[in-house]
Amino acid sequence: MGLKNKRFKTTLLVAVFLSIISSLILVFLTNLDLYGSVASVAKVTVEATVEESRWSGVDEAVVERFAKEHGRDAKEPLINTDQGDLLLFVFLIAGAGGGFLAGYYWRRLTEQK
Amino acid sequence: MKFRISLTILLSLFLYVPEVYAMHISEGILPFNWAALWFGLSLPFVAGGIYLLKKKVSSDLSLKPLVGLMAAVVFIISAMPIPVPTAGTCSHPCGTGISGILLGPFISTVVASIALLIQALFLAHGGLSTLGANILSMGVVGSFAGFLGFRLMRLSGLPLYLSGFIAGLLADWATYLTTSLELASGIRGDAPFLPLFGKIAIAFIPTQLPLGVLEGAITGGMVVLLYKKRPDLLVKMGVIRAVEM
Repeated sequence: MGLKNKRFKTTLLVAVFLSIISSLILVFLTNLDLYGSVASVAKVTVEATVEESRWSGVDEAVVERFAKEHGRDAKEPLINTDQGDLLLFVFLIAGAGGGFLAGYYWRRLTEQK
Repeated sequence: MKFRISLTILLSLFLYVPEVYAMHISEGILPFNWAALWFGLSLPFVAGGIYLLKKKVSSDLSLKPLVGLMAAVVFIISAMPIPVPTAGTCSHPCGTGISGILLGPFISTVVASIALLIQALFLAHGGLSTLGANILSMGVVGSFAGFLGFRLMRLSGLPLYLSGFIAGLLADWATYLTTSLELASGIRGDAPFLPLFGKIAIAFIPTQLPLGVLEGAITGGMVVLLYKKRPDLLVKMGVIRAVEM
């Protein structure tokens, strides 16, 4: 009985939580509909992305696009590694280094017991 | 041993990407006053995190590997572009959901700040002037959303995986909602704030909705994996109770 009661309470709490979140999202989206359809904005974004270049990042498709529309262009980074294949090299090093460190610390963690 | 070496090499190869597909706010996009405000808001969290990290590590050296692992995980995950076929774009999860759960939100903010700084300096990913905004969205909001979401789910009696899943999902979506807020307030000029904020947030949805679900799955999986391998560590970090071991 106790277990059933606990499960019921858990289910109820989760349902209430999800309902609140969904309601908040719906209220948010409904309010936004005052300024244009949700679906159409999302569709325009996707179409714009496809037009510009397939598989571009959301920094280009969303962040930089909106910034440009409002007169704010992205500047070159302080250390500009985005030149030719230099960025590939930097990402490869960062990936290899990050992967090695993750593996090393995972091993230390699991051996520590 | 051979398996571990192969796994490390595979992980490294997986991170070899042809172009940078980031979502952090790029260099120069935010005006100075807004960039300074986000720096100012994120600094107390970073300072608090450094203080807590020093205090915890000095009293318990065994925490170091967990902090190191989380730093590597956040760095890798937040620089890993994932193509989303439904949107035709690429973006990345944040990783601060899992670090917020395991390290606490303040130390997780420090870990995220280091990852973001390295990415801004060497990977043309984000920017130095927008570092404060990116720390606030991914580091502070992502970590707190993950931490609080997980605790709330556990309090309501949900199992470990599901709690981790919802926490990861919330951390991801909260990060992108904050990025939308920062971007809208910074670039709007004379335009009204709310419509622009809504447009940016909605524009993120086709890419970030499925990625949030993926981040939830990764977060839930990592919590369960650590529970199987080191339940004592989860107890020490206050993630589970001793009776659950």
